Amino acid sequence: MTKRQRIVVVGHGMVGHRFAQAAVERGLTETHDVLVLGEEPRAAYDRVGLTSWFGHETGGDEALSLLPGGEYDDPRVRLVLDSVVTEVDREARTVTVVSPPEAVGDLLAHPGAVSIHEYDVLVLATGAAPFVPPVEGRGKDGCFVYRTIEDLEAIKAASLTATSGVVIGGGLLGLEAANALVQLGLSTNVVEMAPRLMPVQLDAAAGTTLVRHIERLGVKVHTGVLTEAIEGDDAVSGLRVRQAGTEEGAPTTTIDAQVVVFSAGIRPRDALAREAGLDTAPRGGVLVDEQCRTSDRSIFAIGECAAPGGTMYGLVAPGYAMAEVVVDALLDGPGTFTGADMSTKLKLLGVDVASFGDAFATTDGALELTYADAVSGVYKKLVIAESDAGDGSFRLLGGILVGDASAYGILRPMVSSGLALPDNPEQLILPAGTGAPLGMPDEAQVCSCNDVTKADILHAVTEEGCEDVAAVKACTRAGSTCGSCVPTVKNLIEEHFASIGKVVDKGLCEHFRLSRQELFDVVAVHGYRRFDDIVEAHGTGRGCDICKPAIASILASQTSTHILEPTTVALQDTNDAYLANIQRNGTYSVVPRIPGGEITPEKLIVIGEVARDFDLYTKITGGQRIDLFGARMEQLPAIWRRLVDAGFESGHAYGKSLRTVKSCVGSTWCRYGVQDSVGLAIALELRYRGLRSPHKLKGGVSGCARECAEARGKDFGVIATEKGWNLYVGGNGGANPAHARLLAGDLSTETLVSYLDRFLMYYVRTADRLQRTSTWIEQLEGGLDRVREVVVDDALGLGAELESEMARHVGGYADEWRETLEDPEKLARFVSFVNAPDTPDPSIAFTTERDQIQPIAPALIPVGAPS
Amino acid sequence: MTWTEICSVDAIPLEGGVAALVGGEAVAIFRTYSGEVFAISNVDPFSGASVLSRGIVGSRGDVPVVSSPMYKQAFDLTTGRCLDDDSVSVTAYEVSVVDGRVLVGAASLEPAREST
Ligand SMILES: Cc1cc2nc3c(=O)[nH]c(=O)nc-3n(C[C@H](O)[C@H](O)[C@H](O)COP(=O)(O)OP(=O)(O)OC[C@H]3O[C@@H](n4cnc5c(N)ncnc54)[C@H](O)[C@@H]3O)c2cc1C
Repeated sequence: MTKRQRIVVVGHGMVGHRFAQAAVERGLTETHDVLVLGEEPRAAYDRVGLTSWFGHETGGDEALSLLPGGEYDDPRVRLVLDSVVTEVDREARTVTVVSPPEAVGDLLAHPGAVSIHEYDVLVLATGAAPFVPPVEGRGKDGCFVYRTIEDLEAIKAASLTATSGVVIGGGLLGLEAANALVQLGLSTNVVEMAPRLMPVQLDAAAGTTLVRHIERLGVKVHTGVLTEAIEGDDAVSGLRVRQAGTEEGAPTTTIDAQVVVFSAGIRPRDALAREAGLDTAPRGGVLVDEQCRTSDRSIFAIGECAAPGGTMYGLVAPGYAMAEVVVDALLDGPGTFTGADMSTKLKLLGVDVASFGDAFATTDGALELTYADAVSGVYKKLVIAESDAGDGSFRLLGGILVGDASAYGILRPMVSSGLALPDNPEQLILPAGTGAPLGMPDEAQVCSCNDVTKADILHAVTEEGCEDVAAVKACTRAGSTCGSCVPTVKNLIEEHFASIGKVVDKGLCEHFRLSRQELFDVVAVHGYRRFDDIVEAHGTGRGCDICKPAIASILASQTSTHILEPTTVALQDTNDAYLANIQRNGTYSVVPRIPGGEITPEKLIVIGEVARDFDLYTKITGGQRIDLFGARMEQLPAIWRRLVDAGFESGHAYGKSLRTVKSCVGSTWCRYGVQDSVGLAIALELRYRGLRSPHKLKGGVSGCARECAEARGKDFGVIATEKGWNLYVGGNGGANPAHARLLAGDLSTETLVSYLDRFLMYYVRTADRLQRTSTWIEQLEGGLDRVREVVVDDALGLGAELESEMARHVGGYADEWRETLEDPEKLARFVSFVNAPDTPDPSIAFTTERDQIQPIAPALIPVGAPS
Repeated sequence: MTWTEICSVDAIPLEGGVAALVGGEAVAIFRTYSGEVFAISNVDPFSGASVLSRGIVGSRGDVPVVSSPMYKQAFDLTTGRCLDDDSVSVTAYEVSVVDGRVLVGAASLEPAREST
């Protein structure tokens, strides 16, 4: 066996983290140990989403974290934070590391001391640093940059005593910083030396359109001005500027400000490499080849510190690609990095902005097509050129969109495919024309993130049976990364079905043309209580096993009446109909509720006694409770009589409803726990028990970031933080596992419950039949952001209504089994044969395996055997 | 044809079913929304379990059907034919309702007894 190799990674930012992740996922750690050294005091976080830190009262750090526990699951990857690499010795193949005295790295024997580490492979992922131009007074108190969480903490603290601020630089990041100052309540200015905003991405007309939008939000934009000096004694009091192009000594004006944020571009952090004698690019960045190797074969550079072919990329996606390429190279794979799509689409202060391809028409023979509507603030430009085919057709080179970027998803792929445009390309940007795929050729790349063509999507629709965006996403991965092509995907699907004369039917089944959501609304508006009334008014026929349970569920969600009432009993699905889970031989399993998985010894004994007395097979479930198998239908009431008498209630294992809220041990016992996860899990399980929903619902609560309850594998997962709870939504296990994503962070218990009430009711109201929360969120227009708008920001003003619906559910809850036992009419259904109630079903038989019963498949029972 | 009296028609829930023993065989008896009564074998041929009486009763086109509670295939209540798999069907029984009592006819089941 060859000796294990050691990889040292310098920098634990977004790209360094991606490298470590890929090394684990792709098996590189089977042969290599990885040591990651990070200068920042915390593990990598989502720098792209930095501005959202301000949206959290507290705990934004955890919400942004890319590695919430602070360590990798794979023990062969070690992360040491608070540690700066100060020197690379290429001869000795070592790095020198200095940690500040307060660092607590177990690996570095003496925090505060200098240590030396050997490497076989060195990966530089040191990122970039903001460029601060040499302006007089730039060191005064109140001057900041915008790159790290520490920067934001400092800006936030300064904003408490400030009234106005100014951002130097009107590029992409500068406008983000301006957005932050607005959120902090400062009267905000942006100064830009160029004559327009976002000079790298936008032309003059687009820049002007953007200025109008941004000024409407209260930001004062100063373009074409130079910063002369930052004024003030020790602390900043203002910014002195003059017109660009004027001589020194020309008249100046002063913009009042106590906070100044520099956002005048970034510079690759390549000093370490340069001092080690590695080649660097003329405009900065460690020069690397297509495998991201530097001029030293055992050293790689990735992310913003690298300059593949001499160009550095200030976006995260190219950095991720570089990380993958290096892992590939170390596994002897063929991967290369040959450049990246620098297209940009974003919402800046609520304004859509997109710029892609040759936005400035620098290609020979390029022509511009523009559409501008000053009133609504929309500007769109296409850059086109005659195609090489010589048939007079045109191809798309690039474009700019401001105010309405909905066509971006269609246009950007047309650039990369280089294919001929339709005869009337202006249709692509005229208001009526936006959104239609307009005869896009089959080879056109629709999703550039995952390289999916139009043909791939049509194949999924025609051959794989995909009928909606969610299915196509799952099948082709189109739209699963940045999501910008989702409208195109949707159009392609609809266009296909329209072309074969099929209206995409959201109807539930042959009896109802309405979707589940429409039926839900119809029932609410008319106050229907009976299936007969609903099918008579809105459907045809007498229903089926699809629409009847769906309507039963809708009625149950809206009314809290018992599901076995005479009006609803015939609608219930197999399991609901007998309040138990049918098994392969026609017997049932019984699951009493054990909230949060907490149970007393007395109750455990009762379960054991019941199982023994009725000869049931017992098994522990994944939801922290106990399943009792092999009950004949007619035995269910007697079994439940015993359970109810002992204080148990229905666990709804049979329903499309809340199953369990799983918990870890929590702060009560666990030496790591920070909150009482068991207490919260029990409270949540008792609150939402019995809630009928489009599909089964599961929850989880973990008492610390170690996440032992696997809460992120649940429809709703709650993870304790030092300051409260983080709420994650949309997870599930099963055939298509999904990790729940953060909806809101650091919530008090009260806020958590109100968000959960809203989230669950919104889901119950609007999801399709048998749609888990993950797919529901995915197919909602706007996805998780939309859910957040409705649930957290209350954008639809529905919050109070959703909460009061939940309050009605909670108030109306009663144990289904207890009520069944109290009602002779409901009990009358639990008989084996109407004309022979004392004869058990003779086809049911058991054998014994590992000391418990097991069913004998009915077909295997010898014919004519005495029963 | 041997007729077995099973129960009163009201004992069968509207758009629901009950199981009965007819000559030792398990039979599922259903009452549709229009009040008609049908009987087919209670044994689901796909699983072998005796459960069809617990399925949801409804319609497919004009045909009254029950869908198996096990794997959801629909069976024509009038003929026992499986509408989701041409090669499968279950026995259909004759039913008559006399004075509010449901009788199931089991001709095919016990030919020997009938001839004595
Ligand atoms: C506000 C903001 C918004 C952004 N928006 C977008 C966007 O919308 N889209 C997009 O694609 N990109 C965006 N970016 C850019 C994106 O964040 C970067 O491309 C990405 O973070 C680069 O990753 P990296 O790992 O190369 O660098 P970084 O994430 O900066 O990580 C480098 C790490 O290395 C550490 N380090 C440096 N030197 C040493 C040393 N000697 N020893 C130890 N550690 C060291 C640094 O402290 C840092 O933690 C944005 C950036 C900011 C600041």
